[in-house]
Amino acid sequence: MSGSLPGRLENRSVVICAGSGGVGKTTCSAAIAMGLAARGKRVAVITIDPARRLADALGLDELGNEPSLVDPARFAGDGIEIEGEGELWAMTLDAKRTFDELIESLAPDAETRDEILGNRIYQQLSGAVAGSQEFTAVAKLYELDRSGRFDVLVLDTPPSRNALDFLDAPERLTGFFEGRALKFFLAPTGLAAKAWGRGTGAVFGVMKKVTGVDLLEDLSVFFRALGGLIDGFRERAEGVARLLEDDGTTFLVITSPEREPAEEAVFFRRKLREAGMPFGGLIVNRVHTVGDDGPAPDPEEVAADLGPELGPELAAKVARAYGEALALAERDEASIARLRRETGERHPIVVPELDGDVHDVAGLVAVHRWLFAGS
Amino acid sequence: MGADEHHQGLLDRELVVVTGKGGCGKSTVAAALAVAAAARGVEVIVAEVDARGDVARALGAGGTPEPSVEVELAPRLHHVSIDPDSALRHYLADQLPSRALAETLLSSRVFPYFVAATPGMRELLTIGAVWDLTREESRRTGERLYDLVILDAPATGHGLAMMEAPSTFKRAAQAGRIAGQAGQIEALLEDPSRTAVVAAARPEDLPVNETIDLARELDERLSVPLAAVVVDRVHGDPLTPEESRRVAAAGVDPAATGAALAVHRRAVAEHGEIGRLRGALDCPVATLPEIPSVDLGPGEIAGLAGRLEALL
Repeated sequence: MSGSLPGRLENRSVVICAGSGGVGKTTCSAAIAMGLAARGKRVAVITIDPARRLADALGLDELGNEPSLVDPARFAGDGIEIEGEGELWAMTLDAKRTFDELIESLAPDAETRDEILGNRIYQQLSGAVAGSQEFTAVAKLYELDRSGRFDVLVLDTPPSRNALDFLDAPERLTGFFEGRALKFFLAPTGLAAKAWGRGTGAVFGVMKKVTGVDLLEDLSVFFRALGGLIDGFRERAEGVARLLEDDGTTFLVITSPEREPAEEAVFFRRKLREAGMPFGGLIVNRVHTVGDDGPAPDPEEVAADLGPELGPELAAKVARAYGEALALAERDEASIARLRRETGERHPIVVPELDGDVHDVAGLVAVHRWLFAGS
Repeated sequence: MGADEHHQGLLDRELVVVTGKGGCGKSTVAAALAVAAAARGVEVIVAEVDARGDVARALGAGGTPEPSVEVELAPRLHHVSIDPDSALRHYLADQLPSRALAETLLSSRVFPYFVAATPGMRELLTIGAVWDLTREESRRTGERLYDLVILDAPATGHGLAMMEAPSTFKRAAQAGRIAGQAGQIEALLEDPSRTAVVAAARPEDLPVNETIDLARELDERLSVPLAAVVVDRVHGDPLTPEESRRVAAAGVDPAATGAALAVHRRAVAEHGEIGRLRGALDCPVATLPEIPSVDLGPGEIAGLAGRLEALL
């Protein structure tokens, strides 16, 4: 596999950036999209909850929920030229709004739509419940892919602690639209109960006692209203599943060298393999380095060298700080070696911990330079 | 910094919920708080919800903890991993008049789908199991009663949703057992004298913003204040500004002086971020130092626990 990112992403139309929270996924996603746009592609990046200044850097409109064109003049001062066919579009995902739009597009009539949107259970579901962000992210991805407006879509994934949630989410959330619970609630008594066999009536009775009647009513109304949308949802879920397995789709696994994200990256790489999903490469972000390549001087030597100029006390301070930086760099190097072994990725793309703010245009360009190094 | 008399200490509550942006050290903070509490003679249990066993591992437990089994890892220091499925089983056994009824529900073809499909149900069951740990009435024979429960909660967004689940269900259910219980859980979570919410953060731009947002959302959505912030992985500053100028002018060992200056710049930036937190929030902000070790074990956690004394 070629080490360069453009080589790995050639002929890919969907790039999904996965990894734990706090490893710089959003920044990497934006930098990848910018780099591809500078290479002549029409690219849209879907970000999840970007830092305010990154959003400002991209000129993201919070109220959008649709990609908007990023003015190439924003990057020109930092040496990135997006010209010719190349275009960079960006959006921030609004999970609730995406969910609402999905319901609107699938509801057979206005009455059903309003019934669902106004239902308390739906409001809880479309808000912050685990999985709804993952679900809406792929729903948006699918919608943009079908629109045919872009050469490449780059998706930043939600900061779930377990990156796997992202792969499972569509199935988990669409599963119940066609599941038994739905059929049960469509007609909890009467014919359906008979079809379910004996005992269902008793179960419903106990559930009423446990949950309270109103909650069951709410659920019943919710599921009944959703009944009209089943076919649409099923179609959508199948389309999403096809898109994730498509040859044009690739997953980039992003991590920092720290233990927990790195373990998560190894786990995610294994799950991708098991699920037969395409793996495009490993990016190790925020790696500590000391100086340039070449043999590093020993901290004691440093203290001796600097002593005459800085005095013994300050020289010792510098040597100690340097020693700690060396230890951190060694720790990161060991972590990368372990990541290589355990993911089977021989040439991970390494981005060093950058000095200063990475959430402005200059920071984005700096990250981009490391990601696209050698190309 | 310090807990003045306006700030009730964490040990005076029944429940401490630790949340924060992903990757900011929630498990480290939960473990360190628990060690600090146990050292003060408090019978404490840490509840983990992700079944990853990060807290258990940091506290020296071998292997992945079995769900719902309470284990004493050190004197007065207990741990439990909460799993919604076994929480449901316990809940039904407690709620229903007979074991046979509970079995009817659990073995029915419909009920498991109902639980899986109802949005927020897993969150409610999980927070309900945590609530149970705080109640004398729900402890079974032979089970210990804890002075303090520390919840290593999911990251901010999901963590807030979990804390909000009881009030949502109370409103949706109106009457019945779920509404009654949800109301009691809500009363625990929304009473700042009983429950403290602690945010784990890192001294960087994004986590600081998210912590400030969390404080606002807690106030808006649950009407509770953020009790404290623990900033994890703070780097010490090796140089004064004057020293940094002298080091920058030094003529030898560019790798070493460069590294020291980079640590200095980072420390200055971190100091600025911590200042921003303190300025924006009306609660104590404690800091934990960066420990350059791959795995935090009981020794490191004990060292960190000492830094949280002022919050207790």
